[in-house]
Amino acid sequence: MRSTTIGWLMLAPTLLILTVFGVVPFVYVLVVGFTDWNAFAADPTAHFAGVENYRRLVFDGQFLNSLWKTLWFAIFAVVSQVVLGYFLAQLLMKDIPFKGFFRTVHTLPLMVAPIAVGATWRLLTVPGLGPLPYYLERWFGIEYRLGTYADQAFLTTIIMDVWHWTPLVTLTMLAGLASMPKEPFEQAQIDGANKLQIFWHITLPMLKPTILATVFIRMMDALRTVDEVWMLTGGGPGAATRYVGLHIWRVVFPKTDYGYGAAMSLLTLYLTIVMCWLLYAALVARRELPKAE
Amino acid sequence: MLTKKQRRGRWMSLAFWIAASVVTLFPIYWMFVVSAKSRVELFGRPNFIIRNFFVENYTNTLADPSFQRYLINSIVVASSNALLVTTLALLATYALSRYKLVGKENIFFWTITNRMAPPAVFLLPLFLLFTQAFTIGEWKLYDTRIGLILLYCVFNLPFAIWTLRSVIDGIPKELDEAAMIDGANTWQVLTKVILPLARPGLAVTAILTWVFAWNEYLFAATLTSVHARTITTGLAEFVTVTGTNWGQMAATATLTLLPALLFLGLVQRHIVAGLTFGAVKE
Repeated sequence: MRSTTIGWLMLAPTLLILTVFGVVPFVYVLVVGFTDWNAFAADPTAHFAGVENYRRLVFDGQFLNSLWKTLWFAIFAVVSQVVLGYFLAQLLMKDIPFKGFFRTVHTLPLMVAPIAVGATWRLLTVPGLGPLPYYLERWFGIEYRLGTYADQAFLTTIIMDVWHWTPLVTLTMLAGLASMPKEPFEQAQIDGANKLQIFWHITLPMLKPTILATVFIRMMDALRTVDEVWMLTGGGPGAATRYVGLHIWRVVFPKTDYGYGAAMSLLTLYLTIVMCWLLYAALVARRELPKAE
Repeated sequence: MLTKKQRRGRWMSLAFWIAASVVTLFPIYWMFVVSAKSRVELFGRPNFIIRNFFVENYTNTLADPSFQRYLINSIVVASSNALLVTTLALLATYALSRYKLVGKENIFFWTITNRMAPPAVFLLPLFLLFTQAFTIGEWKLYDTRIGLILLYCVFNLPFAIWTLRSVIDGIPKELDEAAMIDGANTWQVLTKVILPLARPGLAVTAILTWVFAWNEYLFAATLTSVHARTITTGLAEFVTVTGTNWGQMAATATLTLLPALLFLGLVQRHIVAGLTFGAVKE
């Protein structure tokens, strides 16, 4: 029997750091959110303000707009990534040459700093420099200006995210596909099932845990995207790509309205968690319905 | 023998993967092209071939004193963080694996939740704490490298604990029990038995931790002003500067991206498990 004291001592530094830099800020933001603390107000001290900040939040059009944008951004990006990732993984299951090379190439974006991802995409899309605006104009007559057209900016942030994170989905799907037993597929083929039937009744249910985990993790990440978008569009044009993290960081934070900013931070955290739980519940429930019949 | 249809499927797959690889590599290649050209060359029709390498973009960047400071800060912060995180995670996972600690499963999952939180949410409280609460006299945690090193533990420690857990659990308990019977103390067991066996796992953890710390931007941008700025904040500064020097920005971005390229081969097998909290194993 070993002394648990030594065990706790080994764990102590980890717990201490996570408490000081993880729990303390959380409690702090919780407390500040109930005050009217504003460093540059006439009265720069904090007073208890009850739920006043939260009442303001519900009517804050800019904040709600950024939440809405973030949600759509995350949904479009993650759905595209899952579809594309599945497709690519399925193709890599085939016996093709240079598999290892392709995998390595596709791991690269995962390791690139988000800020550098934003930089590369900016170099691609800047008018007068990037090939994207040049060839879109020349070949398709499309005027591509991220600084002018909100739809283009929104779409480009999604494409950038797809570029950055599809490899992760591909690799998780590949792991999921590779771990599947062969027998059900062979049996289904003998029974004369077509490709769609095999996909719907065998592949999808067996891949479910992988898909769920991937969607969940990607959704969490997509909802907190800041760096790349800041580098690419700066949140613009206007507020077209000012996702909620960017909104808190660039708009609310510099105003030194700490009480309000804290409340917004906390609500965002809460909504992120709720979103992910809803998503998780929805995904699990939908696939489990047929079982209940 | 493959049937005609199977063979066609193979060629199709290959074609798709080549296309996908071109799409993946192109933005990075373009960045490199821009970094190798002078302002004049970048004008007009995009040219994808590097004729003569314009080294000034790199030499000017590297000669810039503030860039040098950013670079040193990044190296110091990432390396110290990787060392600290790997050491603490080794101790923590060993404790979680070998000792009967009350509520250790809860502790384990609690550490993971620290990583899930959106960073932007914690900017405000951390900024206030760093500038107003975590101070000793005149000294503040704000704009110090040690501040970033400690803070990065919040998202790197959970990752490291998660990755190392299976490594430590995979080392048979009998080995350290045998060493204890032979009279080794806990420290000796850790350094003589566990450390050599866990070395590959520790190396992967340390490298990925290093890369994550190197890549971090949001906290570095918010919690530093002059002294502790890192290379990612240096890169972002190009956005706010008017009349951006694209060649130099591309050179800085290339330098920021370099470690990822260097370490890619070493850790590519492990990054997926790392990024999905082990939910997906390869």
